[in-house]
Amino acid sequence: MAAIQQAPLPDFSNSPRIDQVGVEERAARFTKRSIKDEAKENGLKLVLNMIDLTTLEGKDTEGKVKQLCYKAIHPHDQLPGLPTVAAICVYPSMVKTARRALGDSGIRVASVATAFPSGQAPRDLKIRDTKYAVAEGADEVDMVISRGRFHMGEYNFVYDEIAAVKEACGEARLKVILETGELGSLDKVRRASDIAMQAGADFIKTSTGKIQPAATMPVTLVMLEAIRDHYYKTGVMTGMKPAGGISKSKLALHYLVMVKEVLGDAWLSNEWFRFGASSLANDVLMQLAKAETGVYQSPNYFSAD
Amino acid sequence: MAVTKKKSPRKSNTIRLKFDTAWPYSPAPESKSAAQLRERYGLFINGRWQAPAGDNFFKTINPATESVLAEVADASGKDVDKAVTAARTAYDKYWKGMPAKERAKYIFRIARIIQERARELAVVETLDGGKPIKESRDFDIPTAANHFFYYAGWADKLEYAFPNRRTEPLGVAGQIIPWNFPLLMAAWKIAPALATGNTVVLKPAETTPLTALVLADIIRESDLPPGVVNIITGAGATGAALVNHPGVNKIAFTGSTEVGKIIQKSIAGTGKRSTLELGGKAANIIFDDAPIDQAVEGVINAIYFNQGHVCCAGSRLYVQESVAKEVIRKLKDRLESLIVGDPMDKNTDIGAINSKAQLGIIHKYIRIGKQEGAEMYESSCKLPGKGFFVRPTMFTNVAQSNRIAQEEIFGPVLSVLTFRTDDEVIEKANNTPYGLSAGVWTDKGSKIFNMTRRMKAGVVWANTFNKFDPASPFGGYKESGFGREGGLHGLSAYVNLRNH
Repeated sequence: MAAIQQAPLPDFSNSPRIDQVGVEERAARFTKRSIKDEAKENGLKLVLNMIDLTTLEGKDTEGKVKQLCYKAIHPHDQLPGLPTVAAICVYPSMVKTARRALGDSGIRVASVATAFPSGQAPRDLKIRDTKYAVAEGADEVDMVISRGRFHMGEYNFVYDEIAAVKEACGEARLKVILETGELGSLDKVRRASDIAMQAGADFIKTSTGKIQPAATMPVTLVMLEAIRDHYYKTGVMTGMKPAGGISKSKLALHYLVMVKEVLGDAWLSNEWFRFGASSLANDVLMQLAKAETGVYQSPNYFSAD
Repeated sequence: MAVTKKKSPRKSNTIRLKFDTAWPYSPAPESKSAAQLRERYGLFINGRWQAPAGDNFFKTINPATESVLAEVADASGKDVDKAVTAARTAYDKYWKGMPAKERAKYIFRIARIIQERARELAVVETLDGGKPIKESRDFDIPTAANHFFYYAGWADKLEYAFPNRRTEPLGVAGQIIPWNFPLLMAAWKIAPALATGNTVVLKPAETTPLTALVLADIIRESDLPPGVVNIITGAGATGAALVNHPGVNKIAFTGSTEVGKIIQKSIAGTGKRSTLELGGKAANIIFDDAPIDQAVEGVINAIYFNQGHVCCAGSRLYVQESVAKEVIRKLKDRLESLIVGDPMDKNTDIGAINSKAQLGIIHKYIRIGKQEGAEMYESSCKLPGKGFFVRPTMFTNVAQSNRIAQEEIFGPVLSVLTFRTDDEVIEKANNTPYGLSAGVWTDKGSKIFNMTRRMKAGVVWANTFNKFDPASPFGGYKESGFGREGGLHGLSAYVNLRNH
């Protein structure tokens, strides 16, 4: 880490250029893969195991968070042998509750921080926000970048801020939310990805879920390719988390195909790939139940959390 | 599970990605049941199925399994004469004098039936030719239907296509098509000929006759007057008989440059019109300012589409030296993620080589490449035990003087060369007897226009490759042939223009 910080920063305005048409075509091609039988069942279980079950609302209460944690551990006990989700994602004030509710389940607690979702706050507040979340027991911190500064071309500011938050995280893994729906072009998505990874991000993440469009396949593809280039260059793996807008199993499987074919086997676990979603889990459970029983069941048989 | 430590950095040039052990796809075969093949096919002449005069038949096989699909008539000179006569009669009796908007209705109807029977056609195309079902389903068949739709629209608007001119059909067109895009090439040939008021005798390639024969059924179903389109099968001798038949007014041929030259010699002095779409050795050029990941994907699409059996395939890759290492590494990783195997599996990216003979040619060139000292890299994928398959292959360190950089291989074999300056790459790209297509990858608009203006190729794609549209003309420079197919230009190949 120290060595990286001492090296002169690259000129981020020179990040590789992206051809939007080409990206969209390639992203569409992943959706043509036919995933059936065993591959489908294994894929769905993998998806379930990659979900960051999320609640980020002003009206969140301890009761709501506790129920969500129970769901995380017991997604659908009627189907034996299911994996748990990867993590619970909450606001810092709910971290302690989640931590306690999850106990030794192995499910991680992720907390948004740094004045989520806008990121419009001074750096010292963002650092305090981060340290608070970590002190409360967060294993992972989901920060937002300063999009305003990014659009102003102040890439070093954005870089420094991420690096400072990373330091404040200590042992916790840092996910850097680019909020791609506010960046406006794939060139900028690529540039923001490069900045985040260079500054020490453990994960890069598309969206807060508060802005439309949230995660899309083309945006995720550009970020996966940035991760690949970073890995080629440094040997360092970075995780990827598309968030927002992925609520159906079929779409989640398309994403999984994309990860598999762009980054390969090493990324196919929840250590390196996550879905930020709340309603996806139930759709996956419905599909798995259908695979088990041969018929679709009413949504009433699946807990609404 | 909660391992949070990152892997220690390794030497970057040794890092490779690994594919296909963690989450393999299950087989997803398309059902063969959509293809209702007959055991034996006759000749489609004068709107009826007829037995060949010599009663000779040949077998057409599935190149992925080497099993026989059907027997197909081998048309003799007598049969060719019968077909040309039927076309001439239909021309005089029905087609020449039919109001253009009535002609258009038939062409529309053919397009619609192709759409209705798309699944059947896709399955037959893949079984007979070896191309992945994904491609026949998503590219070949829909594009074929689009060609008929497009030219149906032109049929009654020829006076707008050629302002202040009167168009006259040529008469009987003899059309000979290749095995790489069987139905699509039939559509490219038949649709503009019918739209302009010509009648047709079409001969599909001997290794891939089946979709043309299904098309014959479709034409019957469309109630096209008998003899307007005749479809006869056979090998080179049948093609030669068609070319040399005095009753033919125009030859349209897509195939090898070698055969193209023979055709040109044999029709010299006869007054027959011709369009020839022949071989290619396209340059695909990546500049250092290009969007590299999209360019790499474009290269894959340019050379491995349809097993490289594409006359406009981007078989010569020119990469600017400053990005050559990056591009080559990415190509190698991308080759590993290509799925090679059963063409009927919906996930297959690269299917079977069309014939044993073609497989032999590809193997020959791979041997030549090695002997010439180029570095060979091939995907590590397993090949099926039966059928004609070859791993997607690329050669690096290729020299302009190597045969693998000069001659058309017509298979999934890429030759990678490097360059330093714009002028150098234009000279090298044009340094070929061919000139069918080319590709340019750069982020700079002005560079695109400079390149496209100076490339001697019929089609130049910028930041994409292998894009086809019925409205866009296609054809070659130099030994890649002459005449254009598709678009407005495709009409002029089938008309005489008069000043009223």
